[in-house]
Amino acid sequence: MPNDALFTDASISSASTDAMIKIQGVGKTFTGQDGEHIIALEDTDMEIGRGEFLSIVGPSGCGKSTLLNLVSGLLETTRGEIRIDGEKVDGPYTDLGFAFQSDLLLDWRTVLRNVLLQCDMRGMDSKKHTPRARELLKSVGLEGFEDKRPFELSGGMRQRVALCRALLLDPPMLLMDEPFGALDALTREQMQSDLLGMWQETQKTVLFITHSIAEAVYLSDRIVVMSARPGKVREIIDVDIDRPRDLSVRDSAEFGAIVHRVRLLFQEMGVIH
Amino acid sequence: MADQTELKRYSFFSARAHGWHIDAFWMFLSLVIVLVLWEALVAIFDFPAHLLPRPLAVVNSVIDHWGTIVENAGDTTIAVLLGYVLAVIFAVPIAILIVISPQVERLLYPPLVATQSIPKIALAPLFIVWFGFGLETKVAVTFLICFFPIVVDTIVGLRSIDPSLIQLARSMGAPASRVFLKLRLPGALPSMFGGLKVASALAVVGALTGEYIASDSGLGYILLSASGEMNTALLFGVLIVLSVLAMIFFYAIELLEKLLIPWHVSQRSHAQ
Repeated sequence: MPNDALFTDASISSASTDAMIKIQGVGKTFTGQDGEHIIALEDTDMEIGRGEFLSIVGPSGCGKSTLLNLVSGLLETTRGEIRIDGEKVDGPYTDLGFAFQSDLLLDWRTVLRNVLLQCDMRGMDSKKHTPRARELLKSVGLEGFEDKRPFELSGGMRQRVALCRALLLDPPMLLMDEPFGALDALTREQMQSDLLGMWQETQKTVLFITHSIAEAVYLSDRIVVMSARPGKVREIIDVDIDRPRDLSVRDSAEFGAIVHRVRLLFQEMGVIH
Repeated sequence: MADQTELKRYSFFSARAHGWHIDAFWMFLSLVIVLVLWEALVAIFDFPAHLLPRPLAVVNSVIDHWGTIVENAGDTTIAVLLGYVLAVIFAVPIAILIVISPQVERLLYPPLVATQSIPKIALAPLFIVWFGFGLETKVAVTFLICFFPIVVDTIVGLRSIDPSLIQLARSMGAPASRVFLKLRLPGALPSMFGGLKVASALAVVGALTGEYIASDSGLGYILLSASGEMNTALLFGVLIVLSVLAMIFFYAIELLEKLLIPWHVSQRSHAQ
Protein backbone atom coordinates (compact mmCIF):
# COMPACT_ATOMS: atom_id res chain seq x y z
CA MET A 1 0.00 0.00 0.00
CA PRO A 2 1.75 3.14 -1.19
CA ASN A 3 0.07 5.52 1.20
CA ASP A 4 0.63 3.55 4.33
CA ALA A 5 3.45 5.77 5.50
CA LEU A 6 1.10 8.74 5.67
CA PHE A 7 -0.96 7.18 8.38
CA THR A 8 -0.28 5.83 11.79
CA ASP A 9 -2.24 2.79 12.75
CA ALA A 10 -4.24 4.50 15.42
CA SER A 11 -7.00 1.98 15.91
CA ILE A 12 -6.42 1.69 19.63
CA SER A 13 -4.52 4.81 20.54
CA SER A 14 -7.04 7.38 19.40
CA ALA A 15 -9.85 5.72 21.31
CA SER A 16 -9.35 8.01 24.25
CA THR A 17 -9.54 6.92 27.83
CA ASP A 18 -13.01 8.43 27.82
CA ALA A 19 -14.55 5.68 25.72
CA MET A 20 -18.32 5.86 25.72
CA ILE A 21 -19.04 2.61 23.93
CA LYS A 22 -16.82 -0.42 24.41
CA ILE A 23 -17.33 -3.38 22.13
CA GLN A 24 -15.30 -6.35 23.31
CA GLY A 25 -14.95 -9.68 21.51
CA VAL A 26 -18.47 -9.42 20.18
CA GLY A 27 -19.88 -12.11 17.94
CA LYS A 28 -23.39 -12.69 16.68
CA THR A 29 -24.66 -15.91 15.17
CA PHE A 30 -28.17 -16.25 13.75
CA THR A 31 -29.92 -19.57 13.33
CA GLY A 32 -31.44 -19.89 9.88
CA GLN A 33 -34.75 -21.51 9.03
CA ASP A 34 -33.14 -24.88 8.37
CA GLY A 35 -31.26 -24.71 11.67
CA GLU A 36 -27.96 -23.75 10.02
CA HIS A 37 -25.80 -21.14 11.72
CA ILE A 38 -25.10 -17.85 10.03
CA ILE A 39 -22.23 -15.90 11.53
CA ALA A 40 -23.11 -12.24 11.08
CA LEU A 41 -20.32 -10.84 13.20
CA GLU A 42 -17.14 -12.29 14.66
CA ASP A 43 -14.45 -11.17 17.14
CA THR A 44 -15.34 -7.53 16.90
CA ASP A 45 -13.54 -5.06 19.12
CA MET A 46 -13.83 -1.31 19.02
CA GLU A 47 -14.15 1.65 21.30
CA ILE A 48 -16.04 4.78 20.50
CA GLY A 49 -15.02 7.88 22.38
CA ARG A 50 -17.43 10.37 23.88
CA GLY A 51 -18.33 12.92 21.25
CA GLU A 52 -16.61 10.94 18.52
CA PHE A 53 -17.99 10.60 15.01
CA LEU A 54 -17.27 7.03 13.95
CA SER A 55 -18.26 5.57 10.61
CA ILE A 56 -18.50 1.94 9.69
CA VAL A 57 -18.08 1.06 6.03
CA GLY A 58 -18.20 -2.39 4.58
CA PRO A 59 -19.78 -4.49 1.87
CA SER A 60 -23.33 -5.79 2.19
CA GLY A 61 -23.53 -8.62 4.68
CA CYS A 62 -20.65 -7.46 6.86
CA GLY A 63 -22.90 -7.16 9.89
CA LYS A 64 -22.97 -3.36 10.06
CA SER A 65 -26.66 -3.14 10.89
CA THR A 66 -26.34 -6.10 13.23
CA LEU A 67 -23.67 -4.18 15.11
CA LEU A 68 -25.99 -1.17 15.56
CA ASN A 69 -28.74 -3.44 16.82
CA LEU A 70 -26.33 -5.02 19.28
CA VAL A 71 -25.18 -1.61 20.56
CA SER A 72 -28.78 -0.49 21.04
CA GLY A 73 -29.57 -3.74 22.80
CA LEU A 74 -32.27 -4.71 20.31
CA LEU A 75 -30.28 -7.89 19.66
CA GLU A 76 -28.35 -9.99 22.15
CA THR A 77 -24.68 -10.76 21.57
CA THR A 78 -23.79 -14.41 21.08
CA ARG A 79 -20.29 -13.81 22.40
CA GLY A 80 -18.51 -10.92 24.06
CA GLU A 81 -20.08 -7.84 25.58
CA ILE A 82 -20.91 -4.23 24.88
CA ARG A 83 -20.65 -1.53 27.52
CA ILE A 84 -22.02 1.97 27.30
CA ASP A 85 -20.69 4.34 29.95
CA GLY A 86 -19.34 1.30 31.75
CA GLU A 87 -22.77 -0.36 31.95
CA LYS A 88 -23.24 -3.67 30.19
CA VAL A 89 -25.94 -3.47 27.50
CA ASP A 90 -28.63 -5.93 28.50
CA GLY A 91 -31.96 -5.32 26.82
CA PRO A 92 -32.96 -2.24 24.79
CA TYR A 93 -30.77 0.76 25.55
CA THR A 94 -33.02 3.72 25.00
CA ASP A 95 -30.88 6.76 25.75
CA LEU A 96 -30.11 7.23 22.08
CA GLY A 97 -31.51 8.45 18.79
CA PHE A 98 -31.91 6.07 15.86
CA ALA A 99 -32.04 6.98 12.18
CA PHE A 100 -32.57 4.57 9.32
CA GLN A 101 -32.28 4.68 5.55
CA SER A 102 -36.06 4.82 5.41
CA ASP A 103 -37.31 7.91 7.25
CA LEU A 104 -40.12 5.84 8.82
CA LEU A 105 -42.43 8.84 9.08
CA LEU A 106 -46.03 7.95 9.84
CA ASP A 107 -48.43 9.07 7.10
CA TRP A 108 -51.23 9.65 9.58
CA ARG A 109 -49.26 12.09 11.70
CA THR A 110 -48.32 15.65 10.90
CA VAL A 111 -44.65 16.62 10.71
CA LEU A 112 -44.75 17.95 14.27
CA ARG A 113 -46.50 14.87 15.62
CA ASN A 114 -43.98 12.67 13.83
CA VAL A 115 -41.18 14.37 15.72
CA LEU A 116 -43.16 13.94 18.94
CA LEU A 117 -43.48 10.20 18.29
CA GLN A 118 -40.30 9.99 20.34
CA CYS A 119 -42.35 11.06 23.43
CA ASP A 120 -45.46 9.07 22.61
CA MET A 121 -43.49 5.83 22.26
CA ARG A 122 -41.86 6.45 25.65
CA GLY A 123 -45.13 7.37 27.31
CA MET A 124 -43.88 10.89 27.97
CA ASP A 125 -45.89 14.09 27.89
CA SER A 126 -45.61 15.31 24.30
CA LYS A 127 -47.00 18.77 25.14
CA LYS A 128 -43.94 19.46 27.25
CA HIS A 129 -41.64 18.74 24.32
CA THR A 130 -43.62 20.58 21.64
CA PRO A 131 -41.58 23.81 21.90
CA ARG A 132 -38.35 21.85 21.52
CA ALA A 133 -39.81 19.95 18.53
CA ARG A 134 -40.75 23.24 16.84
CA GLU A 135 -37.31 24.65 17.55
CA LEU A 136 -35.61 21.60 16.01
CA LEU A 137 -37.78 21.78 12.90
CA LYS A 138 -36.94 25.44 12.57
CA SER A 139 -33.23 24.69 12.88
CA VAL A 140 -33.39 22.35 9.87
CA GLY A 141 -35.35 24.86 7.81
CA LEU A 142 -38.77 23.30 8.21
CA GLU A 143 -40.49 26.17 9.96
CA GLY A 144 -44.03 26.43 8.61
CA PHE A 145 -44.14 22.74 7.72
CA GLU A 146 -45.18 21.60 11.22
CA ASP A 147 -48.76 20.79 10.23
CA LYS A 148 -47.99 19.27 6.83
CA ARG A 149 -48.27 15.57 6.19
CA PRO A 150 -45.14 13.60 5.32
CA PHE A 151 -46.35 12.93 1.75
CA GLU A 152 -46.24 16.67 1.06
CA LEU A 153 -42.48 16.74 1.74
CA SER A 154 -39.48 15.91 -0.46
CA GLY A 155 -37.13 13.05 0.42
CA GLY A 156 -34.55 15.38 1.97
CA MET A 157 -37.17 17.19 4.04
CA ARG A 158 -38.57 13.88 5.27
CA GLN A 159 -35.12 12.73 6.36
CA ARG A 160 -34.69 16.03 8.24
CA VAL A 161 -37.92 15.36 10.12
CA ALA A 162 -36.58 11.90 10.98
CA LEU A 163 -33.40 13.54 12.28
CA CYS A 164 -35.43 15.94 14.44
CA ARG A 165 -37.32 12.96 15.82
CA ALA A 166 -34.02 11.30 16.76
CA LEU A 167 -32.75 14.49 18.42
CA LEU A 168 -35.91 15.46 20.29
CA LEU A 169 -34.83 14.27 23.72
CA ASP A 170 -31.24 15.39 23.16
CA PRO A 171 -29.71 11.91 23.48
CA PRO A 172 -25.95 11.72 24.02
CA MET A 173 -25.62 9.14 21.23
CA LEU A 174 -26.89 8.77 17.68
CA LEU A 175 -27.02 5.50 15.77
CA MET A 176 -27.41 6.08 12.06
CA ASP A 177 -27.94 3.24 9.60
CA GLU A 178 -27.29 4.65 6.12
CA PRO A 179 -29.58 7.61 6.80
CA PHE A 180 -28.81 9.34 3.48
CA GLY A 181 -28.70 6.20 1.35
CA ALA A 182 -32.02 6.90 -0.38
CA LEU A 183 -31.38 10.57 -1.19
CA ASP A 184 -30.19 12.06 -4.45
CA ALA A 185 -26.55 13.14 -4.63
CA LEU A 186 -27.08 16.88 -4.11
CA THR A 187 -29.54 16.52 -1.24
CA ARG A 188 -27.16 14.02 0.25
CA GLU A 189 -24.25 16.50 0.30
CA GLN A 190 -26.48 19.11 1.90
CA MET A 191 -27.63 16.66 4.57
CA GLN A 192 -24.03 15.70 5.27
CA SER A 193 -22.97 19.27 5.96
CA ASP A 194 -26.12 19.86 8.04
CA LEU A 195 -25.34 16.79 10.10
CA LEU A 196 -21.74 17.94 10.55
CA GLY A 197 -22.95 21.35 11.71
CA MET A 198 -25.30 19.78 14.21
CA TRP A 199 -22.61 17.43 15.47
CA GLN A 200 -20.08 20.26 15.78
CA GLU A 201 -22.53 22.15 17.96
CA THR A 202 -23.77 19.34 20.17
CA GLN A 203 -20.74 17.00 20.30
CA LYS A 204 -22.90 13.89 20.30
CA THR A 205 -21.37 10.48 19.93
CA VAL A 206 -22.30 9.26 16.47
CA LEU A 207 -22.09 5.72 15.12
CA PHE A 208 -22.69 6.09 11.41
CA ILE A 209 -23.10 3.33 8.85
CA THR A 210 -22.60 4.03 5.18
CA HIS A 211 -21.71 2.48 1.85
CA SER A 212 -20.11 5.66 0.66
CA ILE A 213 -16.38 5.99 1.29
CA ALA A 214 -16.38 9.74 0.58
CA GLU A 215 -19.26 10.28 2.99
CA ALA A 216 -17.42 8.39 5.72
CA VAL A 217 -14.20 10.36 5.19
CA TYR A 218 -16.00 13.70 5.08
CA LEU A 219 -17.93 13.12 8.30
CA SER A 220 -15.82 10.97 10.57
CA ASP A 221 -13.05 11.10 13.13
CA ARG A 222 -12.32 7.46 12.46
CA ILE A 223 -13.51 4.91 9.93
CA VAL A 224 -13.98 1.25 10.71
CA VAL A 225 -13.55 -0.84 7.57
CA MET A 226 -15.27 -4.20 7.83
CA SER A 227 -14.98 -7.37 5.82
CA ALA A 228 -17.93 -9.60 5.04
CA ARG A 229 -19.07 -13.12 5.88
CA PRO A 230 -18.36 -13.27 8.67
CA GLY A 231 -18.33 -9.58 9.50
CA LYS A 232 -15.04 -8.58 11.07
CA VAL A 233 -13.13 -5.38 11.67
CA ARG A 234 -10.55 -5.20 8.89
CA GLU A 235 -8.95 -1.93 9.82
CA ILE A 236 -9.62 1.26 11.71
CA ILE A 237 -8.45 4.41 9.96
CA ASP A 238 -7.92 7.84 11.49
CA VAL A 239 -9.25 10.78 9.52
CA ASP A 240 -6.77 13.55 10.34
CA ILE A 241 -8.54 16.36 8.58
CA ASP A 242 -9.01 19.59 10.52
CA ARG A 243 -12.42 20.59 11.74
CA PRO A 244 -14.69 22.32 11.16
CA ARG A 245 -14.80 20.88 7.66
CA ASP A 246 -16.65 22.42 4.77
CA LEU A 247 -17.45 20.93 1.38
CA SER A 248 -14.14 22.15 -0.11
CA VAL A 249 -12.36 19.58 2.06
CA ARG A 250 -13.49 17.01 -0.47
CA ASP A 251 -11.14 18.46 -3.07
CA SER A 252 -8.06 18.38 -0.84
CA ALA A 253 -5.16 15.98 -1.26
CA GLU A 254 -5.46 14.54 2.23
CA PHE A 255 -9.15 13.75 1.63
CA GLY A 256 -8.27 12.00 -1.61
CA ALA A 257 -5.50 10.03 0.08
CA ILE A 258 -7.81 8.65 2.76
CA VAL A 259 -10.52 7.78 0.25
CA HIS A 260 -7.85 6.02 -1.76
CA ARG A 261 -6.64 4.09 1.24
CA VAL A 262 -10.12 2.82 2.12
CA ARG A 263 -10.71 1.90 -1.51
CA LEU A 264 -7.48 -0.09 -1.56
CA LEU A 265 -8.68 -2.06 1.44
CA PHE A 266 -11.88 -2.95 -0.40
CA GLN A 267 -9.86 -3.96 -3.43
CA GLU A 268 -7.71 -6.21 -1.29
CA MET A 269 -10.84 -7.83 0.12
CA GLY A 270 -12.10 -8.37 -3.41
CA VAL A 271 -15.17 -6.16 -2.87
CA ILE A 272 -14.14 -3.80 -5.66
CA HIS A 273 -12.22 -5.05 -8.69
CA MET B 1 -42.10 18.51 -5.59
CA ALA B 2 -42.85 16.01 -8.27
CA ASP B 3 -45.62 14.22 -6.44
CA GLN B 4 -47.57 17.44 -5.94
CA THR B 5 -47.70 18.30 -9.63
CA GLU B 6 -48.72 14.72 -10.11
CA LEU B 7 -51.59 15.25 -7.71
CA LYS B 8 -52.71 18.39 -9.47
CA ARG B 9 -52.72 16.73 -12.84
CA TYR B 10 -54.66 13.88 -11.33
CA SER B 11 -57.36 16.12 -9.97
CA PHE B 12 -57.58 18.00 -13.27
CA PHE B 13 -58.98 14.88 -14.90
CA SER B 14 -61.03 13.82 -11.93
CA ALA B 15 -64.50 15.33 -11.93
CA ARG B 16 -64.81 14.57 -8.24
CA ALA B 17 -62.25 17.22 -7.42
CA HIS B 18 -64.43 19.91 -8.98
CA GLY B 19 -67.23 19.40 -6.50
CA TRP B 20 -70.35 17.41 -5.97
CA HIS B 21 -72.57 19.31 -8.42
CA ILE B 22 -70.47 18.20 -11.37
CA ASP B 23 -70.60 14.68 -10.00
CA ALA B 24 -74.36 14.90 -9.80
CA PHE B 25 -74.53 16.28 -13.33
CA TRP B 26 -72.66 13.31 -14.82
CA MET B 27 -74.71 10.87 -12.81
CA PHE B 28 -77.92 12.48 -14.04
CA LEU B 29 -76.67 12.51 -17.63
CA SER B 30 -75.79 8.81 -17.65
CA LEU B 31 -79.15 8.02 -16.10
CA VAL B 32 -80.95 9.96 -18.85
CA ILE B 33 -78.93 8.17 -21.56
CA VAL B 34 -79.77 4.77 -20.11
CA LEU B 35 -83.48 5.63 -19.94
CA VAL B 36 -83.58 6.99 -23.49
CA LEU B 37 -81.80 3.92 -24.87
CA TRP B 38 -84.11 1.66 -22.92
CA GLU B 39 -87.24 3.41 -24.18
CA ALA B 40 -85.87 3.36 -27.76
CA LEU B 41 -85.05 -0.34 -27.50
CA VAL B 42 -88.59 -1.19 -26.43
CA ALA B 43 -90.13 1.07 -29.10
CA ILE B 44 -87.96 -0.14 -32.00
CA PHE B 45 -88.08 -3.88 -31.34
CA ASP B 46 -91.56 -3.82 -29.83
CA PHE B 47 -90.66 -6.09 -26.91
CA PRO B 48 -93.63 -7.58 -25.06
CA ALA B 49 -94.04 -6.08 -21.58
CA HIS B 50 -93.33 -9.39 -19.78
CA LEU B 51 -89.85 -9.49 -21.37
CA LEU B 52 -88.80 -5.85 -21.27
CA PRO B 53 -91.26 -3.30 -19.82
CA ARG B 54 -91.04 0.40 -20.61
CA PRO B 55 -89.21 2.58 -18.06
CA LEU B 56 -92.46 4.33 -17.19
CA ALA B 57 -94.16 1.01 -16.46
CA VAL B 58 -91.31 0.16 -14.09
CA VAL B 59 -91.67 3.49 -12.29
CA ASN B 60 -95.43 3.00 -12.02
CA SER B 61 -94.96 -0.49 -10.67
CA VAL B 62 -92.58 0.79 -8.01
CA ILE B 63 -95.08 3.48 -7.03
CA ASP B 64 -97.93 0.95 -6.91
CA HIS B 65 -95.97 -1.45 -4.69
CA TRP B 66 -94.13 1.24 -2.71
CA GLY B 67 -95.40 0.09 0.70
CA THR B 68 -94.43 -3.54 0.11
CA ILE B 69 -91.10 -2.59 -1.34
CA VAL B 70 -90.18 -0.34 1.58
CA GLU B 71 -91.20 -2.95 4.12
CA ASN B 72 -89.22 -5.71 2.45
CA ALA B 73 -86.26 -3.47 1.73
CA GLY B 74 -86.21 -2.90 5.50
CA ASP B 75 -86.03 -6.65 6.12
CA THR B 76 -83.19 -7.03 3.64
CA THR B 77 -81.32 -4.07 5.13
CA ILE B 78 -81.58 -5.52 8.63
CA ALA B 79 -80.16 -8.83 7.41
CA VAL B 80 -77.34 -7.07 5.55
CA LEU B 81 -76.40 -4.87 8.50
CA LEU B 82 -76.63 -7.63 11.12
CA GLY B 83 -74.56 -10.08 9.07
CA TYR B 84 -72.00 -7.44 8.19
CA VAL B 85 -71.59 -6.04 11.70
CA LEU B 86 -71.32 -9.54 13.17
CA ALA B 87 -68.66 -10.38 10.58
CA VAL B 88 -66.65 -7.27 11.52
CA ILE B 89 -67.02 -8.00 15.24
CA PHE B 90 -65.65 -11.52 14.81
CA ALA B 91 -63.23 -11.06 11.91
CA VAL B 92 -61.14 -8.17 13.24
CA PRO B 93 -60.26 -9.69 16.65
CA ILE B 94 -59.55 -13.07 15.04
CA ALA B 95 -57.22 -11.38 12.54
CA ILE B 96 -55.47 -9.58 15.41
CA LEU B 97 -55.04 -12.85 17.33
CA ILE B 98 -53.67 -14.57 14.23
CA VAL B 99 -51.11 -11.81 13.75
CA ILE B 100 -50.10 -11.66 17.41
CA SER B 101 -49.77 -15.38 18.03
CA PRO B 102 -48.26 -17.99 15.69
CA GLN B 103 -50.02 -20.69 17.71
CA VAL B 104 -53.43 -19.15 17.05
CA GLU B 105 -52.49 -18.81 13.39
CA ARG B 106 -51.62 -22.51 13.10
CA LEU B 107 -54.79 -23.40 14.97
CA LEU B 108 -57.27 -21.16 13.15
CA TYR B 109 -55.96 -20.52 9.66
CA PRO B 110 -56.50 -24.00 8.11
CA PRO B 111 -60.16 -24.30 9.22
CA LEU B 112 -60.72 -20.69 8.08
CA VAL B 113 -59.44 -21.45 4.60
CA ALA B 114 -61.34 -24.74 4.57
CA THR B 115 -64.70 -23.10 5.31
CA GLN B 116 -63.89 -20.45 2.75
CA SER B 117 -63.34 -23.07 0.07
CA ILE B 118 -66.94 -24.31 0.43
CA PRO B 119 -69.30 -22.22 -1.72
CA LYS B 120 -71.44 -20.33 0.80
CA ILE B 121 -74.63 -21.19 -1.00
CA ALA B 122 -73.84 -24.87 -0.51
CA LEU B 123 -74.09 -24.30 3.25
CA ALA B 124 -77.49 -22.67 3.03
CA PRO B 125 -79.50 -25.95 3.30
CA LEU B 126 -77.57 -26.69 6.49
CA PHE B 127 -78.46 -23.25 7.85
CA ILE B 128 -82.14 -23.92 7.13
CA VAL B 129 -81.87 -27.03 9.29
CA TRP B 130 -80.11 -25.08 12.03
CA PHE B 131 -81.87 -21.74 11.96
CA GLY B 132 -85.10 -22.39 10.06
CA PHE B 133 -86.82 -20.03 7.64
CA GLY B 134 -86.24 -16.35 8.29
CA LEU B 135 -83.83 -13.74 9.51
CA GLU B 136 -81.31 -16.04 11.20
CA THR B 137 -80.48 -17.94 8.03
CA LYS B 138 -80.12 -14.71 6.03
CA VAL B 139 -77.80 -13.27 8.66
CA ALA B 140 -75.78 -16.48 8.80
CA VAL B 141 -75.17 -16.53 5.04
CA THR B 142 -74.31 -12.80 5.05
CA PHE B 143 -71.96 -13.25 7.99
CA LEU B 144 -70.14 -16.13 6.35
CA ILE B 145 -69.70 -14.40 3.01
CA CYS B 146 -68.38 -11.17 4.63
CA PHE B 147 -66.14 -12.76 7.18
CA PHE B 148 -63.24 -14.00 5.07
CA PRO B 149 -62.28 -10.88 3.11
CA ILE B 150 -62.26 -8.84 6.33
CA VAL B 151 -60.04 -11.36 8.12
CA VAL B 152 -57.61 -11.67 5.22
CA ASP B 153 -57.25 -7.94 4.55
CA THR B 154 -56.89 -7.13 8.25
CA ILE B 155 -54.12 -9.71 8.53
CA VAL B 156 -52.38 -8.30 5.45
CA GLY B 157 -52.65 -4.77 6.87
CA LEU B 158 -51.33 -5.68 10.30
CA ARG B 159 -48.42 -7.61 8.79
CA SER B 160 -47.41 -4.86 6.38
CA ILE B 161 -45.63 -2.76 9.00
CA ASP B 162 -41.99 -1.93 8.18
CA PRO B 163 -39.77 -4.03 10.51
CA SER B 164 -37.47 -1.00 10.93
CA LEU B 165 -40.41 0.88 12.43
CA ILE B 166 -40.75 -1.76 15.13
CA GLN B 167 -37.00 -1.53 15.68
CA LEU B 168 -37.29 2.24 16.01
CA ALA B 169 -40.17 1.95 18.49
CA ARG B 170 -38.27 -0.59 20.58
CA SER B 171 -35.23 1.69 20.63
CA MET B 172 -37.57 4.25 22.17
CA GLY B 173 -38.52 1.72 24.81
CA ALA B 174 -42.09 1.26 23.59
CA PRO B 175 -43.95 -1.75 25.03
CA ALA B 176 -45.54 -4.14 22.52
CA SER B 177 -49.04 -2.88 23.31
CA ARG B 178 -48.10 0.68 22.36
CA VAL B 179 -46.42 -0.48 19.15
CA PHE B 180 -49.62 -2.29 18.29
CA LEU B 181 -52.05 0.53 19.07
CA LYS B 182 -50.05 3.48 17.73
CA LEU B 183 -48.17 1.95 14.80
CA ARG B 184 -49.53 -1.40 13.67
CA LEU B 185 -53.25 -0.69 13.91
CA PRO B 186 -53.36 2.72 12.18
CA GLY B 187 -51.01 1.36 9.53
CA ALA B 188 -53.42 -1.52 8.90
CA LEU B 189 -56.50 0.67 8.37
CA PRO B 190 -56.13 1.19 4.58
CA SER B 191 -55.92 -2.52 3.94
CA MET B 192 -58.74 -3.20 6.42
CA PHE B 193 -60.97 -0.82 4.55
CA GLY B 194 -60.19 -2.72 1.36
CA GLY B 195 -61.69 -5.78 3.02
CA LEU B 196 -64.59 -3.84 4.52
CA LYS B 197 -65.56 -2.45 1.11
CA VAL B 198 -65.40 -5.81 -0.63
CA ALA B 199 -67.46 -7.28 2.20
CA SER B 200 -70.02 -4.48 1.97
CA ALA B 201 -70.77 -5.47 -1.62
CA LEU B 202 -70.79 -9.17 -0.72
CA ALA B 203 -73.13 -8.58 2.22
CA VAL B 204 -75.99 -7.74 -0.14
CA VAL B 205 -75.26 -10.89 -2.14
CA GLY B 206 -75.34 -12.88 1.09
CA ALA B 207 -78.68 -11.48 2.24
CA LEU B 208 -80.24 -12.02 -1.20
CA THR B 209 -79.00 -15.61 -1.28
CA GLY B 210 -80.55 -16.17 2.11
CA GLU B 211 -83.83 -14.71 0.93
CA TYR B 212 -83.92 -16.85 -2.22
CA ILE B 213 -83.65 -20.07 -0.31
CA ALA B 214 -85.13 -19.52 3.10
CA SER B 215 -87.35 -16.54 3.57
CA ASP B 216 -90.83 -15.20 3.11
CA SER B 217 -89.77 -11.58 3.27
CA GLY B 218 -87.14 -9.24 1.86
CA LEU B 219 -86.38 -7.93 -1.62
CA GLY B 220 -85.03 -11.34 -2.68
CA TYR B 221 -88.35 -12.88 -1.81
CA ILE B 222 -90.25 -10.16 -3.76
CA LEU B 223 -87.99 -10.81 -6.77
CA LEU B 224 -88.78 -14.51 -6.69
CA SER B 225 -92.52 -13.98 -6.40
CA ALA B 226 -92.54 -11.25 -9.09
CA SER B 227 -90.68 -13.68 -11.35
CA GLY B 228 -93.27 -16.35 -10.63
CA GLU B 229 -96.07 -13.96 -11.59
CA MET B 230 -94.20 -12.81 -14.72
CA ASN B 231 -94.46 -9.29 -13.25
CA THR B 232 -91.35 -8.06 -15.05
CA ALA B 233 -92.02 -4.39 -14.36
CA LEU B 234 -91.94 -5.04 -10.58
CA LEU B 235 -88.86 -7.22 -11.07
CA PHE B 236 -87.02 -4.35 -12.70
CA GLY B 237 -88.24 -1.91 -10.08
CA VAL B 238 -87.01 -4.07 -7.20
CA LEU B 239 -83.66 -4.57 -8.93
CA ILE B 240 -83.22 -0.80 -9.13
CA VAL B 241 -84.19 -0.32 -5.48
CA LEU B 242 -81.77 -3.09 -4.56
CA SER B 243 -78.86 -1.53 -6.43
CA VAL B 244 -79.58 1.85 -4.83
CA LEU B 245 -79.52 0.19 -1.40
CA ALA B 246 -76.24 -1.56 -2.16
CA MET B 247 -74.71 1.69 -3.41
CA ILE B 248 -75.77 3.61 -0.30
CA PHE B 249 -74.19 0.93 1.86
CA PHE B 250 -70.95 0.91 -0.14
CA TYR B 251 -70.64 4.69 -0.10
CA ALA B 252 -71.36 4.80 3.63
CA ILE B 253 -68.32 2.57 4.17
CA GLU B 254 -66.31 4.72 1.79
CA LEU B 255 -67.34 7.85 3.70
CA LEU B 256 -66.18 6.23 6.93
CA GLU B 257 -62.88 5.43 5.21
CA LYS B 258 -62.47 9.04 4.15
CA LEU B 259 -63.10 10.23 7.70
CA LEU B 260 -60.74 7.71 9.31
CA ILE B 261 -57.81 7.68 6.89
CA PRO B 262 -57.72 11.06 5.12
CA TRP B 263 -53.94 10.69 5.10
CA HIS B 264 -53.86 7.64 2.88
CA VAL B 265 -52.69 7.63 -0.73
CA SER B 266 -56.11 6.44 -1.93
CA GLN B 267 -57.78 9.56 -0.49
CA ARG B 268 -55.33 12.22 -1.55
CA SER B 269 -56.78 13.31 -4.87
CA HIS B 270 -59.91 14.26 -2.93
CA ALA B 271 -58.06 15.84 -0.03
CA GLN B 272 -56.04 18.19 -2.20
